[in-house]
Amino acid sequence: MTTLSAPLNVEFDYTRSLGPVLGRFMTGLRDRRIEGIRGDDGRVHVPPVEYDPVTARKLTDWVEVASAGTVQTWAWVPEPDEGQPLTHPFAWALIKLDGADTAMLHAVDVPGPEHMSTGMRVRVRWAAEPVGSIHDIACFEPGEAVETEPTQGEPVTMVTTPVRLGYTHSASSEEARYLNGLLEGRLLGQRCPVCQKVYIPPRGACPTDGVPTVDEVELPDRGTVTTFCIVNVPFLGQRITPPYVAAYVLLDGADIAFQHLILGCDASEVRMGMRVKAAWRPREEWQRSLANIDHFEPSGEPDAPFETYSQHL
Amino acid sequence: MRDVAVVGFAQAPAVRETHGTTNGVEMLVPVFHEVLGNLGLAKSDIEFWCSGSSDYIAGRAFSFIAAVDAIGAFPPINESHVEADAAWACYEAWVKIQTGEVDLALVYGFGKSSAGKLRRVMTMQLDPYTVGPLWPDSVSVAGLQARAGLDQGKWTEQQMADVAVRSRADAKSNPRAQLKGDYSAEDLLAEPYLADPLRKHDCAPITDGAAAVVLAASDRARELSERPAWITGIAHRVDSANLGGRDLTTSPSTVGAARDAGFDKVDVAELHAPFTHQELLLRQELGLNGTRINPSGGVLCGNPMFSAGLIRIGEAARQISSGQADRALAHATSGPALQHNLVCLMEGRD
Repeated sequence: MTTLSAPLNVEFDYTRSLGPVLGRFMTGLRDRRIEGIRGDDGRVHVPPVEYDPVTARKLTDWVEVASAGTVQTWAWVPEPDEGQPLTHPFAWALIKLDGADTAMLHAVDVPGPEHMSTGMRVRVRWAAEPVGSIHDIACFEPGEAVETEPTQGEPVTMVTTPVRLGYTHSASSEEARYLNGLLEGRLLGQRCPVCQKVYIPPRGACPTDGVPTVDEVELPDRGTVTTFCIVNVPFLGQRITPPYVAAYVLLDGADIAFQHLILGCDASEVRMGMRVKAAWRPREEWQRSLANIDHFEPSGEPDAPFETYSQHL
Repeated sequence: MRDVAVVGFAQAPAVRETHGTTNGVEMLVPVFHEVLGNLGLAKSDIEFWCSGSSDYIAGRAFSFIAAVDAIGAFPPINESHVEADAAWACYEAWVKIQTGEVDLALVYGFGKSSAGKLRRVMTMQLDPYTVGPLWPDSVSVAGLQARAGLDQGKWTEQQMADVAVRSRADAKSNPRAQLKGDYSAEDLLAEPYLADPLRKHDCAPITDGAAAVVLAASDRARELSERPAWITGIAHRVDSANLGGRDLTTSPSTVGAARDAGFDKVDVAELHAPFTHQELLLRQELGLNGTRINPSGGVLCGNPMFSAGLIRIGEAARQISSGQADRALAHATSGPALQHNLVCLMEGRD
C-alpha cells in the first residue's frame, strides 16, 4: 500500500485576557514580586486561584510570598523540548514558596539529577526583561532569596501564549490514489460497493454505508455547476480580484460535487446547470493537488436539465 | 433507574503506528463491523452513537465529524461526541438510555497518537496561564507524581517494576496488546531512567487504536447477550486543575466516584493507569487487596488515547460475560496525574 504523508505544523499565538486575579499575579511577576491568594481554609494558593477550591467563594485576600522555597517533588528532563524554560537538561519541580501552602510548577537549573533532592531550597532566577508572564521567572536555582530591584509599570491584562505542534499528516490509501492520479492529470474517484455512488475525492468509507470505497472510476474533466456563490468580499490572502465565482462542480459520472473556481465568463453569467470543463495548468506545474486544474470554464454545451443534478445539491 | 448492560465490545489492534488518516475511519470500520456482526445487529439498529476523541491528537479541527463516515450516517443518525476518553462517551450513552429515549447505543473512541509528539500534545490539557506556557510534558508530570509517592514511602521502584512485569505477562493472552512477554523486574530496574524517577517500563507505550462498546437496556440486553454485564453504578469526579494544590499521592476523585457508583467489592478490576505508580496509587485508594487487576495487561501494554478508558469498560464487561467474574470494576482517567476519574461497576446475574 502506497501512502502519502507530509509534515503539518500547527501554530497559533493565543492571546488571553487575564482577569483581576491572574492579571494581578502576572503584574506582580513583571515587577519581580510573587503574590498568592488566601483561601477560606487559610491556605495561601500560589499561583492564585480565582475561587476557593472547596467553598467556590470568590477570593480577594492577597498575600505576598517569598521568592524562595522548598522542592516538594521533581522529575528530570534529559532532553528539553521547544518552549521549555531551559535548553539544557533540567528538573521540573513543584516548589512551595515560603509563605505559600500550595506548590507551583517550574524548572530548576542544576547540572544533573544528582544535584536535585526533595526538600532542597531553591530561589527564583528572574528573567532579564520581564513582560508579565510565567516566563518572567526564568527558572529556579539552588539557594535562598536575594533582594531584587522592584520594577513598576501599567497593570498586565493580557498574555500571549504561542502554541506550536508538529504532526505527520497522512492521506488514506484512497486519497493517495486520487492525489497520485492528479499528478498524471487523471481524476480518479471510487465507487461504493453497496450504494454504487461514485465519490471524488474517494473516501475511506462511504458516508452512507460505512464501507470502504474500492472500485476505481476515472472521471472526465467536465461536468455541471450544481450551485455557486459570487464572491464580492475582499479578504487577506485573496488571489483573485472580486467579483469571482466559487461553484460546486459535479463531474460527469460522479455523485458528489467538489468546490472549484469558475472563470472564462462574466460572474453574472454563471448559473445552476451550466456545463463547464477544466482548464489545466501547464503540465510542468502539476503536483499532487486539485490545483492542477486552475479553474473551470464554460464548455459551450447546452445547460444540464435540473433533474440530472437535483439529487446532488 | 433503567437496567443497562454492556453487551458488546471490540477494539482495533493496539499498535505503535498506523498508516491511515487521523480521522480514525480506517481503524473504526473493522471495529464497527466486528462489534455489530457479533451481535447480529445492523447499524440501523443503533439508536444513539457517542464518541470520544481529541482534535489535538488528530492535529485538525472537527476530526470527529470525519470519523462519522465510518458509521455511514445517512439517513441521519442520533449522534454525540465528547472531547475526552470514550469512557465519558459511555457515561453519556448510559444517561441517554436512562432518559428512556433509546434502548441501544454504540460508544466508540479513536486516536492516532503517533501523528504528533504525544507527550507534548498532552501539555495542551494544562492550565494555559501559569503552567502550559512552560511546556511541561505528560511524562514529566507523571514523574512528579511518582517521586512524591516514592519519597513518602507509598510505593517503591521495585513495586513499580513488578506492575510492568505482571502486566506484560498478562498481555500474552490478549491478542490486541502492543507489548507483551516475560520480563524480570531485576532486568527492568537495570535500565536507565527515561525521566527520573520513571523508566521506560513505567510508562504506557504510544499507541494508535480505536474501540467500540454496545450498551443495551433491560430486555434488549437479555436478547443480545447470554450474560450481559449489568452496570450497577457509573460516576465520575474531578480534582483541582492546580497540580501543586493537590496531594498527588492520593486520588480523592477516584474514591468519590467509586463511592458514588456504589463500590463495595469486586472480583476483577480494569484500571486505566498509564504509569506503573498510578496503578499502585489506585489500588491503595480503592482498597483493591486481593482483587485481580488488569487481566488484559492494561494500558501499560497498549494505550490508545481516547479509547483506552473505554477499553477498560469493555475488558471488565468481557470478564463478566465470559463467566470469569461476577462483579467487576472499570476505571478510566483523564487529565494530568489522574486528575479526572470515572468508575463503572458491573455485575453478572444468573
